Amino acid sequence: MTIAENPTNHHHDLERLTSEGAQEMAPRPLAGGVEVLRELGCVLRMSESEAEALEAPDDAETSIINMGPQHPSTHGVLRLMLELDGEIVLRTKPVIGYLHTGMEKTGEDLTYVQGGTNVTRMDYASPIFNESAFCLAVEQLLGLELPPRAQWIRMLLNELNRLTSHFLFLATNGMDLGSTSMMIYGWREREEGLRLLEMITGLRMNHNFIRVGGTAADLPDGWQERLAAYLESIPGRLEEYEALMTDQPIWRERLQGVGAIDTDEAVALGATGPILRSTGYAWDLRRATPYFAYDQVDFDVIVGSYGDCFDRYAIRLNEIRESVKILWQCIEHLPAGDYRLQDRKVTPPPRRRIDESMEALIHHFKIYTEGFKVPEGEAYAAVESPRGELGCYLVSDGSGTPYRLHMRGPSFVNLQVLPHMLRGGTVADAVAIISSVDPIMGEVDR
Amino acid sequence: MSDTPDDVTADQVAPDATPEPEVLHGVPVTRRFGQRVAFPAADQLVELVRTLRDEGWLMCLDVTAVDYLTHPRADLPEGIEAERFEVVVTLISHAERERLRLRVQVPEADPVVPSLFEVHPGTEAMEREVYDLFGIRFDGHPDLTRILLPEDWVGHPLRKDYGIGSIPVQFKAPSER
Repeated sequence: MTIAENPTNHHHDLERLTSEGAQEMAPRPLAGGVEVLRELGCVLRMSESEAEALEAPDDAETSIINMGPQHPSTHGVLRLMLELDGEIVLRTKPVIGYLHTGMEKTGEDLTYVQGGTNVTRMDYASPIFNESAFCLAVEQLLGLELPPRAQWIRMLLNELNRLTSHFLFLATNGMDLGSTSMMIYGWREREEGLRLLEMITGLRMNHNFIRVGGTAADLPDGWQERLAAYLESIPGRLEEYEALMTDQPIWRERLQGVGAIDTDEAVALGATGPILRSTGYAWDLRRATPYFAYDQVDFDVIVGSYGDCFDRYAIRLNEIRESVKILWQCIEHLPAGDYRLQDRKVTPPPRRRIDESMEALIHHFKIYTEGFKVPEGEAYAAVESPRGELGCYLVSDGSGTPYRLHMRGPSFVNLQVLPHMLRGGTVADAVAIISSVDPIMGEVDR
Repeated sequence: MSDTPDDVTADQVAPDATPEPEVLHGVPVTRRFGQRVAFPAADQLVELVRTLRDEGWLMCLDVTAVDYLTHPRADLPEGIEAERFEVVVTLISHAERERLRLRVQVPEADPVVPSLFEVHPGTEAMEREVYDLFGIRFDGHPDLTRILLPEDWVGHPLRKDYGIGSIPVQFKAPSER
């Protein structure tokens, strides 16, 4: 007697029988003997020969699976709908939005002084870049020219943040490919970088240190020694990485030739940063349209040649070396002077002036309560973040809050290359490819 | 600041003070902070972007929009009718090392813009984002669905008439003594 025939069975949903019997077990007293035996594993659902007959005669039959949003290799909450033919990926659709918190809308309600705290949370692995792009756009509208020291401090922080971001990439990339030692090493180096950032800005992440008109504070005493010690430790560590990964056959097997993309595709899809450079296209905003003081430092733009996962890994590894080079030059050449513009309408007065000057107190109060007004207009400013072009499009209506704040997140645009890279590869390659694109979901969803 | 054309570079002057209106493929152009800003009509957009791509504006960096509901802007060149929405497209020329911004006026009654997908496939996600957050439709887009918000979301949050909402805060009355 089957469940459906059982006169005492009133569970109509159990009647939805499939070719392999009911999908849900009926309550124990209702289920027949065969059902119970199936549950216990004593009876095979189907004999091997029967199952063989069920195999799809058509090779083109595919299945669709969801990868993520909770899969650890999806770097947060990226969901990929994969169409699979066996283990080969055919079509992919990235599904995003799980981390959308409406930060662009929030930005319209915050003053330009508060705006930094908002944008810094977008790309949480490289917060300094978000602040930089936002401040550059505001400064364009205000027509501010920054003192050289402010420019250099910003450049120093940008490069320090690029180090921590790339170390994070190396750690997660290692983890995704099964190299747990690399994960620990990457986190270790990143942590040291974050400690330095904490010493300078007071926070490990979400610094809000780069402010309109300069930075929030000057570099603390002894920063040269701390930074130099950190920089000295890095080349040896990178050699270790090279031995651990670059020279290792398994690592090369997993990455070389996987997820290849050519320049035309990358350009057509709007990919920037290491993805574009991995195709051999030397486009780096630091070199092409220098901002801060990048025109006064010596560094190389790293490019790849095959556009595969290995190139993207190697580019980031070598960009760490270039950042170290820039940071050494910062230690050597950081000019003396003011770390921010002395414009009382934009930057707050020094603390000690507040005790002695009524004017200073008023300016301080004004800046921290209603902020400053920005002339009407629109501006777009971009920086080279570790992931590509991070742009900020700002529209001001002349009030103290942005009329429209839009961040062009490189991760958001770069995600579009995934379907192209994944096609024809295996699911295991998909993990390597997602990792090599290095998306930060906070920036994708904003 | 004197307004004679001799000692003022094109970067610094306000758009309406430019001596001769600049034109790019029949589209009025102004300059903002060293960047050229073109104002094509919606039906000119795809052709213009295609022509520009063939001229070296290889990449479309960004597609976004602005809702000018509460801010009547004054920086439009002559002959451009201000509409409620504006779709903003940012192109980049790697050879010229320059960005170009295209601002397309989109009427509130019929917010439709032709999709740039055929010219720059990389605009796919960005156009979906604009559709999601502004409700501007892109004609010819292969998959115009919501991208950031849930599929059943009502409204388009980045429109200016969309409230930001609030969370009721619980207050306790001061304890009575």
